[in-house]
Amino acid sequence: MTAKRLNKGGQIDRSKKLNFYWDNKNFQGYQNDTLASALLANNQTIIGRSFKYHRPRGIMSAGVEESGALVTIGKGKYRDPNVRATSQELYEGITAYGQNAFPNVRYDLGFINSMFSSFLSAGFYYKTFMGIPPFEWGRGTKIWMFYEYFIRKAAGMGSASRKPDPDKYEHAHDFCDVLVVGSGPAGIESALEAAQNDLDVILVEQDFQLGGDLLNQEGFIEKELIEKLHQAGVKVMLRTTAFGLYDNSVAGLLERVEDNYEESFKETPRQRFWTIRSKQTILATGAIERHIAFGNNDVPGIMTANAAKSYLNRFAVLPGKNVIISTNNDSVYDTAIALLKSGADVQVIDSRSEIDKHISKIFLQNGGTFQLNSAPFKAKGARHINKVQLASLKDNTWSVQGKENCDLLLLSGGWSPVLHLLSHRKIKAEWNNENACFLPGKHDEPITVVGSAAGVWDNNNCIESGKAGGLKVSKLLGKKNQNFSFPVPGGWKKALKPIYEIKCKNQKTKSFIDFQHDVTTSDIRLAHQEGFISVEHLKRYTTLGMANDQGKIGNIIGIALMAELLNKKIQEVGTTTFRPPYTPISIGSLAGRNVGDHFRPLRKSPLHDWNLNQGAVMIEAGLWQRPWYFPKEKETISEAYVREAETTRKSVGICDVTSLGKIFIQGPDATELLNRIYTNPFAKLPIGKARYGIMLRDDGLVMDDGTSWRLSENDYFMTTSTTQAAKVMAWLEELLQIRWSDLKVHLTSVSEQWCGISVAGPKSRETISTCLENPEIIDNENLPFMGVVETKLITNIPCRIARISFSGEMAFEIYVPSEFGEPMMEIIWKKAKSLNGCLYGLEALGALRIEKGHVTGAELDGRVTIDDAGLGKMASTKKSYIGSAMRKRGVLNDNNREKLVGIFPKDKNTTFDAGAIICELENIKGYGIGRITSVTHSPELGHWIGLGFVSGGYEKWKNKTTIASDPIRNKNVEVEIVSPHMIDPEGGRMHG
Amino acid sequence: MTRFNAWNVIKNGFLKNPKWDRQWRDPEPKKEYDIIIVGAGLHGLATAFYLAKNHNIKNVAVVEKGWLGGGNAGRNTTIIRSNYMMPGNREFYEHSLKLWENLSHELNYNVMFSQRSHVNLFHSPGARDSNARRYNTMLLHGSDAEFWSLEKLKKNIPHLNYGPNSRFPIMGAAVQKRAGTARHDAVAWGYARATDKYGIDIIQNCEVLGFNRIDSNIKSLITSKGEIKCKKVGFAVAGNTSRLWKMTGLNSLPIESHKLQAFVSEPLKPLLDQVVVFGVGGAHFYISQSDKGGMVFGGDIDWYKSYAQKGNLPIVQDVSEAAMSVMPCLGRVRLLRHWSGIMDMSMDGSFFICKTPIDNLYLNAGWNYGGFKTSPASGWYFADLIANNRPDKIIENHDLKRFEKGINIDERGAGPDPKLHG
Amino acid sequence: MIRIKCPFCGERDHSEFTYGGDGSIKYPELDASIKEWVQAIFFRENICGMQVETWHHSSGCRMWLKVERDTLTHEIKSVEAAHDGLAKLLRRKQ
Repeated sequence: MTAKRLNKGGQIDRSKKLNFYWDNKNFQGYQNDTLASALLANNQTIIGRSFKYHRPRGIMSAGVEESGALVTIGKGKYRDPNVRATSQELYEGITAYGQNAFPNVRYDLGFINSMFSSFLSAGFYYKTFMGIPPFEWGRGTKIWMFYEYFIRKAAGMGSASRKPDPDKYEHAHDFCDVLVVGSGPAGIESALEAAQNDLDVILVEQDFQLGGDLLNQEGFIEKELIEKLHQAGVKVMLRTTAFGLYDNSVAGLLERVEDNYEESFKETPRQRFWTIRSKQTILATGAIERHIAFGNNDVPGIMTANAAKSYLNRFAVLPGKNVIISTNNDSVYDTAIALLKSGADVQVIDSRSEIDKHISKIFLQNGGTFQLNSAPFKAKGARHINKVQLASLKDNTWSVQGKENCDLLLLSGGWSPVLHLLSHRKIKAEWNNENACFLPGKHDEPITVVGSAAGVWDNNNCIESGKAGGLKVSKLLGKKNQNFSFPVPGGWKKALKPIYEIKCKNQKTKSFIDFQHDVTTSDIRLAHQEGFISVEHLKRYTTLGMANDQGKIGNIIGIALMAELLNKKIQEVGTTTFRPPYTPISIGSLAGRNVGDHFRPLRKSPLHDWNLNQGAVMIEAGLWQRPWYFPKEKETISEAYVREAETTRKSVGICDVTSLGKIFIQGPDATELLNRIYTNPFAKLPIGKARYGIMLRDDGLVMDDGTSWRLSENDYFMTTSTTQAAKVMAWLEELLQIRWSDLKVHLTSVSEQWCGISVAGPKSRETISTCLENPEIIDNENLPFMGVVETKLITNIPCRIARISFSGEMAFEIYVPSEFGEPMMEIIWKKAKSLNGCLYGLEALGALRIEKGHVTGAELDGRVTIDDAGLGKMASTKKSYIGSAMRKRGVLNDNNREKLVGIFPKDKNTTFDAGAIICELENIKGYGIGRITSVTHSPELGHWIGLGFVSGGYEKWKNKTTIASDPIRNKNVEVEIVSPHMIDPEGGRMHG
Repeated sequence: MTRFNAWNVIKNGFLKNPKWDRQWRDPEPKKEYDIIIVGAGLHGLATAFYLAKNHNIKNVAVVEKGWLGGGNAGRNTTIIRSNYMMPGNREFYEHSLKLWENLSHELNYNVMFSQRSHVNLFHSPGARDSNARRYNTMLLHGSDAEFWSLEKLKKNIPHLNYGPNSRFPIMGAAVQKRAGTARHDAVAWGYARATDKYGIDIIQNCEVLGFNRIDSNIKSLITSKGEIKCKKVGFAVAGNTSRLWKMTGLNSLPIESHKLQAFVSEPLKPLLDQVVVFGVGGAHFYISQSDKGGMVFGGDIDWYKSYAQKGNLPIVQDVSEAAMSVMPCLGRVRLLRHWSGIMDMSMDGSFFICKTPIDNLYLNAGWNYGGFKTSPASGWYFADLIANNRPDKIIENHDLKRFEKGINIDERGAGPDPKLHG
Repeated sequence: MIRIKCPFCGERDHSEFTYGGDGSIKYPELDASIKEWVQAIFFRENICGMQVETWHHSSGCRMWLKVERDTLTHEIKSVEAAHDGLAKLLRRKQ
């Protein structure tokens, strides 16, 4: 190969020389090079290896459709596999490596695969690797998994970094009237027209330079164009790919902010994922030139004619000296002339029987030669093309002709409009016979396709098409009412001749369609033979179009061949649906900033720092950070929580309960609402009293439990469990707005506004009363069990106190506005400390409630009835409420249902775990008779205890030994079933 | 028909024109069949296969409006597991897993079932214990299950997020080693080829347009290929069940159609051996690596009812966030394609294989997000139901009357809201 | 992205909302029979095409909305407050 950099011309900036490293070897390129153009300028020809046969792959295109030159960029934690060299901007110090090859892409031992290629045709792996060869003896999956180990190692392209991605990504949002995708002649004209009509326009271009195909034309000056667009007020987004179109005219965009720098910057993200909401979208996405299938058509040194034009005119790289161009249309002659002018020898082999006189005249004047009715039959050269054997067409059959020397073979098998974004909207493309391509089908979406994406080939027509697009959206958006007309698709001087594969008799070499996945024309034939004739089957069976380019290069050829085999029209065979993204986009960009500890919000109580200062170890509870336990020096969690629970029962303990859901319920019908949603009666709850309540779901199973405090005639304060808080709020809103719109009730979520603590234990009253302005207000007469008062702390902090107990001790919940959380805690904790009290966390809270048989989320798993939970008495028979009908469904009242029980170990020194299955002594299998849901060490009882559910309840199993079977933790413990109320069943302490 | 084995692969490799047969015929419908299965997806094809194999009923047609395996068969993340604990589900999914274990041999088609372990991460003692209940139930039924400690997890899957900046530090994992992944398309093709071999007609591009129903009996199907008479009809058209149901003149079903997206990355050299599941803080994410090297992953359904096989961005973001949180090295890995399929979301997250108000109509539906792994058992029990006109004991509660009876087979305890079972 | 015109907040991304469910369900009286409740809670028309459904503007004004949306194309025909009194009021204002 004799590619070389030219001294003049192109868009490259010769004043900015850039060093780059290809497989650790230093080369130079220029600013505005792509990695591919720089490699080409340095005469590097083998850039990649194919997936299956490890055949050498060179540069085949100059754009995002590249299927050959895939490389790995960077190393260590910055390693970025499967990068297309053809769209990677060159920067100083960029390091690129060959991939899917050993020891390197130039000499790859994996090439041995291609020697066995006749056994590795499409779908061969479905036919073997099941058992011991040759007849697949055996059963099970072991033998397959043995083979699979090696298959997996061979598969894959690049290798991803194992280290966390060090870069940051960002999400961004924007709105506009018109989103124009693509900055070629048509896109620019659309954008200018729309902007001039006072529309807010965003123009996106995936390249790092503006201009699309204009960049491939001699003498184009990007700066002037940018200036023009700026003046018109178009917002231009470079290095930005519109990767998907979604519902309601929303587009997903990926902006590569730092991919053209070696280092990452503090101020900017690596990439930005934009969500753009536009009113109209104009697709000026251009067209992709097709290859032609013939023998060895994958040898390095074969590329599309337009790629050569781009390398020559845009990057000032003459990609070959002795060039053969194979075409079936007019588009290559400009390229041919440009190559001739740059000093190459050019021969065009045109498969058509005639070409336009004017075109041929200029071409011949410039020194070119051409042959009609000709096409390549076979490429020669192991590592790079050196000859082409031609074929000529006579009476519709190809016959083999002589060989011609060359160092570059350019192809143009016609053009495929880029309709991927339309396909995302499920708009079917329609086959156009005359132009041998799919064109946009009819649709109702606010999308207009212009330029070559609409099958308009001529440059001036593209501009006209763009203008019409701009006028159309201006009209649709009510800005300008001017007539417009779109040029009809087409524009070749002499008709294109559809050719997809050049095939002669006795052909032995492979003709490739999907260059990355090594899908050949014979694979298509085999698929047809085996009945995989629908495009979806074809694609899946042969893997055609499933590689990184997603069929941008090969799909049409595959479909055309299938149509030929089926003797059908291409339209009847159809096309596969292109899925987003248009080009692959990093998962990091889609995740944006919501990663690491920002993955989910972290909710902290106003006492969070205070708790930490007291030595709290935190645990997650429904996104909240809650104190788990407060270890004194060297205490383990068990030692700590047992001490905390014990102290609470003996003296006083304080627990932060801010995370409970809190809702203000106000209005003349507030009482009625509560009466309908709770199972127990609320109609007659006196002012100044709280009540524990259970809510059921529509289906009659338990949704949540909590308390509601009546503050005045029409004001209630509701608490819910931490995890169900959001659900309950939305549920009440739904009921009030949709089902019971006649109820006059207003809801306010005040979970964040109020800070709450629970003060529990025999000395709880003493602790609190000394902190109150009016200590008597919480005397037993003034504040009996379930009483509520509003008062002030001695430091003048307003507070609400309810005498509610979850621990079985005398206990109070105190709520203050969040900003007074710490001041409240300071004074109450000071007093509690003086009484030898403690702070307790979630683990001790659990211990206290388990001892008392109170249920929480561990028990209320969404399958439990109110009776199962032992709270049947709270289900009113005198009123109807949500779930009251449905809880009566047959099986829900079966006597043998699993009911809440307490669990003791038989041997008091042993422990067991939640999640164990309770089984009969002699029958440890299956579903058992129940399960354990919560376990704690009871300081009061001095041994481990648990809550759980057992079929028929504890009456049925008391005094019988059962087994807590926990095979997952290799444990079987003898247990006995007891009443769930394991201490103080009469509740004397709580009421006292 | 040429058997699939290494011998024949090599033999044909030497031939210029390999002699592989069509894998299934493309027959025109006969006038009448004993049984017509509507839907040539995995469940429909498996049903036809087991009708022939287990019940020797071969005068059967499978009619399909598009191409066989063109629905959710090709739109899933290929995970196979049996970590279910509710009565009925437990036995059913286990039976399915057992059928998977020998499916390649049974079908003479390599479905590439690879038992690469299903690793369910947990992050809190509470989650560990609720997993313990599920996995203990599995062990007590003779299935396989184990817990992996953090140390073991780090050794087996070194590049999960064990770092200090994890929002939900990983505590351990509940693992089913017999679980894994398979090649989804191959399963459809394997069943189709094996079913076709029994002489059963798989009729593609044959859309059902209506039913000729007299009283409580369907006499024939009106299709785009003409009227086809039948003695019994079975529906296996997940995603479109309600539409077909209404064509018979029946009313509503305990099903909503929702869409579930799936994602695949560019092909990479081996990065992840197991199936990893991450579910915490309201997130739901699962990932494995295909034999081709693509990272295959997914998350929640799109949260709103839809019949559109196209996804929207919020879930794409959501899933990517979870991906980065559980495997931070995925940041630079690129998404190659995302697509979506339509699920029958049922009201309790469990399926239906049952009789219907029409005497000779049988229903197979409501697979939620988990239909792929059940295909063999689904076909097995549906064939059994149709052949014997009564459900097997283990699926007797998987009918339309369970809601009225109060039978609860809700694996998640999420309640009667279809979107919550995704 | 589906864009929903919230009558209280304007047009917003659907990610601000939570999907409720079928908006055509008539919930029975609390003391209605099990049969009626089973039908309302568990059975769905599951329309492919234009349906009435509820959405909750959960990250916005917290209002429940009744939306007419095509479940095949996601096209939205109308949006109004789910609260019938409010919806009436807003309709009169227009």
